[in-house]
Amino acid sequence: MIRYLGKRILFMIISLFLIITVTFFLMHSIPGGPFTSEKNVPDEIKKSLEAYYGIDKPIGEQYVDYLKRVITWDLGPSFSEKSSTVNDVINRGFPVSAHLGLQAIAIAITGGITLGVIAALRHNKWQDYSAMVIAVLGLSVPSFILAAFYQYFFAIKWGLFPIAKWETFEHTVLPSFALSALPMAFIARLTRSNMIEVLAQDYIKTAKAKGLNTIVITVKHAVRNALLPVITYLGPLTAGILTGTFVIERIFGVPGLGREFVLSITNRDYTVIMGTTVFYSIILIVMVLLVDIAYTIVDPRIKLSDAGKE
Amino acid sequence: MKKNVFVLMSSLVVLGTALAGCGGGQQAAEKPAAGGEQPAATPAAEAKPQVLKLNLHSEPPTADPGLAEDTTSGAIVRATFDGLTRTDESGHPANSAAESVEVSDDLMTYTFKLRDAKWSNGDPVTAKDFEFAWKRVLDPKTAANYAYQLYYIKNAEKANKGEAKLDDVGVKALDDKTLQVTLENPTPFFLELTSFYTYYPVNQKVVTADPKWAAEAKTHVGNGPFKMESWEHKNKLVLVKNENYWDKDVVKLEKIEFSMVEDENTELSMYENGEIDWAGAPLSALPTDAIPALKDSGKMTTQPIAGTYWYKFNVEKAPFNNVKIRKAFTYSIDRQSLIDNILQTGQLPATGAVPPSMELKSGGYFKDNDLETAKKLLEEGMKEEGLTKLPPITLSYNTSEGHKKIAEAIQDQWKKNLGIEVKLENKEWKVYLEDLHEGNFQIGRMGWLGDFNDPINFLELYKDKEGGNNDTNWENPKFKELLNQSALEKDPEKRKKILADAEAILMEDMPIAPIYFYTNSWVKKDEVKGVKVDGLGHVDYKWAYVE
Amino acid sequence: MQNNIQLTKELFEPISVDLRQAEEIKRPSLSFWADAWRRLKMNKVAMASLIFIIVLLLCAIFIPILSSNDYFTTDLAGKNKKPSAEHWFGTDDLGRDMFVRVWYGARISLEVGIAAAIVDLIIGIIWGGIAGFYGGKVDEVMMRIADILFAVPYLLVVILLMVVMPPGVGTIIIALTITGWIGMARIVRGQILQLKSQEFVLAARSLGADSKRLIFKHLIPNTLGPIIVTLSLTIPSAIFAESFLSFIGLGVAAPIASWGTMSNEGLPAMKYYPWRLMFPAIFISITMLAFNLLGDGIRDAVDPRLRK
Repeated sequence: MIRYLGKRILFMIISLFLIITVTFFLMHSIPGGPFTSEKNVPDEIKKSLEAYYGIDKPIGEQYVDYLKRVITWDLGPSFSEKSSTVNDVINRGFPVSAHLGLQAIAIAITGGITLGVIAALRHNKWQDYSAMVIAVLGLSVPSFILAAFYQYFFAIKWGLFPIAKWETFEHTVLPSFALSALPMAFIARLTRSNMIEVLAQDYIKTAKAKGLNTIVITVKHAVRNALLPVITYLGPLTAGILTGTFVIERIFGVPGLGREFVLSITNRDYTVIMGTTVFYSIILIVMVLLVDIAYTIVDPRIKLSDAGKE
Repeated sequence: MKKNVFVLMSSLVVLGTALAGCGGGQQAAEKPAAGGEQPAATPAAEAKPQVLKLNLHSEPPTADPGLAEDTTSGAIVRATFDGLTRTDESGHPANSAAESVEVSDDLMTYTFKLRDAKWSNGDPVTAKDFEFAWKRVLDPKTAANYAYQLYYIKNAEKANKGEAKLDDVGVKALDDKTLQVTLENPTPFFLELTSFYTYYPVNQKVVTADPKWAAEAKTHVGNGPFKMESWEHKNKLVLVKNENYWDKDVVKLEKIEFSMVEDENTELSMYENGEIDWAGAPLSALPTDAIPALKDSGKMTTQPIAGTYWYKFNVEKAPFNNVKIRKAFTYSIDRQSLIDNILQTGQLPATGAVPPSMELKSGGYFKDNDLETAKKLLEEGMKEEGLTKLPPITLSYNTSEGHKKIAEAIQDQWKKNLGIEVKLENKEWKVYLEDLHEGNFQIGRMGWLGDFNDPINFLELYKDKEGGNNDTNWENPKFKELLNQSALEKDPEKRKKILADAEAILMEDMPIAPIYFYTNSWVKKDEVKGVKVDGLGHVDYKWAYVE
Repeated sequence: MQNNIQLTKELFEPISVDLRQAEEIKRPSLSFWADAWRRLKMNKVAMASLIFIIVLLLCAIFIPILSSNDYFTTDLAGKNKKPSAEHWFGTDDLGRDMFVRVWYGARISLEVGIAAAIVDLIIGIIWGGIAGFYGGKVDEVMMRIADILFAVPYLLVVILLMVVMPPGVGTIIIALTITGWIGMARIVRGQILQLKSQEFVLAARSLGADSKRLIFKHLIPNTLGPIIVTLSLTIPSAIFAESFLSFIGLGVAAPIASWGTMSNEGLPAMKYYPWRLMFPAIFISITMLAFNLLGDGIRDAVDPRLRK
């Protein structure tokens, strides 16, 4: 396992390097730059701006400079937020997004697995159909519509929660639920589908025959084996949700990191594009590794290292 | 969840404004209410807590007047700093940090006497601070985008471009209280310029000691009516009254609390719920679909601002190399109907390039929705070009709900009125800008907002074919000559005449189809008074109070 | 009665000792699908969904042709009108008939959603299947490539595509599938990692089944559950992603609008003109429900473990 991890980490570093490289050159290849504006400034000013931010150098040199800086975790100044560095932007935004994200994931996992298990146990009965209608609505109503609905009913009409802003726990409730809807629905569907298969397996029948009650069978034997696709999905989901969601943050006025992923690109804020991408990538590849490790824990038969063709 | 698709796919509504960049809002018009109210002498008002709750829309990119270049930063900087002059309630520049000003006969030298004033940290405001601030902006190392706002000062442009030394720039502190400014040309609107934030002073000691002074509330030092109390980035910014301000007796407001909510629908809901006192322009915008209801409620205020929304023709691409065809397209737009039905906030149909607040010729240069002339011109134009059928035409706009609606409506008008099928094409904001600047378009939409109150703002950009903001590839030697003349003309009336002649040429050659003149609309609580929004859309809270 | 059959030697012949035959599937795949179809037909909910989808497709084709209204003619005086006899779904903010626009939008949304789902399905299954089955280095390299594609900012890729490709449905589908298959590949790989250590795989392997056969005949059919569930996420994602792409400038040109675009435009009007959001959103949801119920039906019908 240790040898496997060592190899794996090496691959992760290579991936990260490739992500940085691809993003860097992609970013410079699309039209427009940080100083492209509807009020074009004289070329001389543009030049001094570019010199100030070090983007007047040849692109190869900029790339090498960037690699050097990234190693020391110095992500550079932000173009659009003139007084902040990218490190500041991430340090300020990430805790907020992560807080919101963790709450949403907790809701999604609890709600999703519960719905999925109920649906599977009552396969093709009304409980199954109602759970799946809820899940399908969750999948087909996008989060921005849901967020607007929640805001309209729970905050504006009934005054149960604040409309927007990020201050107290109450402020986090609506965005958390809006954010959790899609993953919850998906987890519910995945759980149901796998539970149905698992429940048809011989060992479950054996357990039933032994007279174990349904709850024990479900919790001890079935759920664990049905979780694998849920775990697969949870890896990238966690990486995405912890680093923030643009739409939800915008609608609820949450000062998170999600907006940076979108606005940095529309502003061609090069350093922020790179910084957020590197940050997100690190979380992503770590989560993907955790998923693989989780596989071997849930199902010890799974071998990752050299399970090639025997 | 995949960050990319799942996050992005749902972002449209929201991106509407975000991607559009500063593509220009469209709002509009009843009677200005907030602007002209008299704040003074309302003793009854004192009972209410003098706190204003506003929404700043987004994190201000900077609180440094030298680096500011957007509405949000502008609002914060204007509240926390004070220029030599400040636009007063009537819209004219009045002495503020300056006590008096002397102008030489040739209109080339301005001598400002400063009044005794203090920075928010207690230091005295000196002429040196002004000199330092202006030279700092012009220093190429500062990388200030708005440095060109100072180009009216002698040698400023050269210094900024590295062709002259900063010491040669025509600004000098003769002593602690006297500032002498020498200009490049007689500039009739120079006093107005000194009220603009790029001309604000900064505290030399503070700025040289800490280059990141403007990043946090603790280190931020200004000389304006308010000072920064706290700044939670992207969440909340609080300003309180500056007890060191020279004119503090006029300032009634104790505190301004800014939220930073970017979504316009959320902002309006917060306003309707009583959480904030103001929604809409100038810091944000009202959601278009809410406008009819707000208008009916009678709460909406609309005020024109100096800006023009126009379509640019690429005069080097067929069929728009022909002036008659350009005119046919321009004349056959029904602007009034667009305004009444789509924009809905009392914009004015534009039949000239220069907005009404700095108007050169009243009534414009052509008739709105003039179908007969349009049809005739189209026929003639096609004959001149030897065309029996127009080549395929594409109308481009940058991604935004508002631009899209206007484009769809105009597309349909051209089809109905001239029988021409036009394709629509939208692009992401910066891609769009690049395409436009490179002439990679046939018809493209663009808007222009004036930086200061002078028609030159709107004419200058078409002076040179290669000028960064022309885009149309149009150039006219006579037009150029007139603009050059206007820069040297000292007599305001004669200058106006020259500029009017220039605008007439522009409208005769019609490289642009003006659509409408912008307005600003907002809703506010009745008890909020004295917030001043000027004709350029700049907001000033100095005189604001709660009744 | 009992012994009137004479067992003679001629009645018997030795079976050929061919190991490959031992592993032969006695039920040919045709009858597998035929069998599945037979069982699907018995599932009323799934059949109702299937019929609904067919009707929907027919409407999307014929209603825009037959209707007296069209999707582009504006009528500014008649904007934002409530649903009425003349305009069944009301009119939008430029006074265009929502009924025809919704059906016209159905063409784009369904086309894009289904095409993207199919491409994702194919690439995802092959990629995830190979990575999971071979494991080790192959898995490592393939999955890290997926991670890299997944981590590079999608918006950048889209803007680049917009610059180099002509706008249109083909470009939309490319943009949607360029990273869309990764989720599918991950799910398939995870399932295969788990399944390949199970006894039936070992059994098939020891009977000499080759890798291709193992992956596509034994492993993939056992992962159909999660695959169908993942597909049910792909279609609505594609429908909304399409509207995002249109918005960026990659999609179909205005005034054509898909369901996604219409719901996006309708959302800010929710409080004032709810029908502009309601109709496209309801159509998306009901269609998704039908696809999902059909998917569940198919899953039940083909699941080897549920086969009786």
